[in-house]
Amino acid sequence: MSTNAKDLRHPLKRARGFGSAQSGVGHWWTQRVSAAALVLLSLWFVFTVLSLLHADYSTAKAAVAKPWNALLLILFVVTMFWHAVLGLQVVIEDYVHTRWKEVVLLVAIKFLAVLGALAGVLAVLRIALGV
Amino acid sequence: MNGRFLTFAFKDERTNTVEAIVAEFTLPKNSKIQPGKHFPAKDAKKPRTFRIYRWNPDDGQNPRIDTYEVDMAACGPMVLDALLKIKNEIDPTLTLRRSCREGICGSCAMNIDGTNTLACICAVDSVAKGDVKIYPLPHMPVVKDLVPDLTHFYAQFASIKPWMRTQSAAPDRERLQSPEDRKKLDGLYECILCACCSTSCPSYWWNGDRYLGPAILLQAYRWIVDSRDEDTGARLDDLEDPFKLYRCHTIMNCARTCPKGLNPAKAIAEIKKLMVERRV
Repeated sequence: MSTNAKDLRHPLKRARGFGSAQSGVGHWWTQRVSAAALVLLSLWFVFTVLSLLHADYSTAKAAVAKPWNALLLILFVVTMFWHAVLGLQVVIEDYVHTRWKEVVLLVAIKFLAVLGALAGVLAVLRIALGV
Repeated sequence: MNGRFLTFAFKDERTNTVEAIVAEFTLPKNSKIQPGKHFPAKDAKKPRTFRIYRWNPDDGQNPRIDTYEVDMAACGPMVLDALLKIKNEIDPTLTLRRSCREGICGSCAMNIDGTNTLACICAVDSVAKGDVKIYPLPHMPVVKDLVPDLTHFYAQFASIKPWMRTQSAAPDRERLQSPEDRKKLDGLYECILCACCSTSCPSYWWNGDRYLGPAILLQAYRWIVDSRDEDTGARLDDLEDPFKLYRCHTIMNCARTCPKGLNPAKAIAEIKKLMVERRV
């Protein structure tokens, strides 16, 4: 934030920077919509998990394999990772100020989120489709 | 400029050393605050102690906290009265900005008792018992003592082009506005750009180089919502940016600290709503 005596550029040059990135509203809106979806999906998820307390392996597996449960579970996994990566992105942009670390982390969380979501979806599909 | 960051400097701009993976929460060595001088009051009827941040760019010393005892029986009621009494009668080296002494110019914005406010409209008695602690606005480069460098803040204000932008031909008289539309500017036009809100905002502390901050975004909304301005779309275009606008995380320090009782957080929320409205 300090202005450098050697910097001959006008302060307005620095304030305007590269201008607007013309994005941001999509991220902001998606984060809120996914949050709203997660309220309902999380309630369903907790309810389902609680109903499976003390159930044996085959009962739990059969419950996951039910079409509605499988569908909602996939939705839950995808929405959760999507929401998480959007939130983490904000935290990294806020606090990580070493440029290369910031870029590496921003890319890494996206890879990890896709990996996590795909693994979750695959697990549910394997049970649901009995593969 | 060889300024010192006051609080939570995340990097030392002079040496440009940024090694921590996240923000650094300690001050650089040469910004650490040292104990300062003590100026006791003689025969004071109603003494009050002021502890004030001092830093001189020319003496090569670290910042320090000087302690002044002021006889409030012979002093005006506001913190600015006490500061001017100190400057006039105790220590003429104390440096601060002031002008209107009635809360309309914004010059004497500083951090008093932990809150950004205007010294001229902050009563000494409103500070709870104990010493009155006075620092410059947080996380700005310091020019000297209580004077922050607001160059970038003012440049950010200029960057939003804060004047009426129209496409239609200029009319023969003033551009008219209905009383209802004029009402939409209430709570916005009163902003005096004192920078209390922006310098209270953690998002502005960490990313002030790119984030416009609450004061400038409130000013931007003041023109977006003005019924006479015809450049609304371009104004929204200019703000749609992950850093310029979306660093606001509704922390609300801005609304809490505003000495004029305004709500920049609400103005920012209105901008975000308009962003969604024109897309969804």
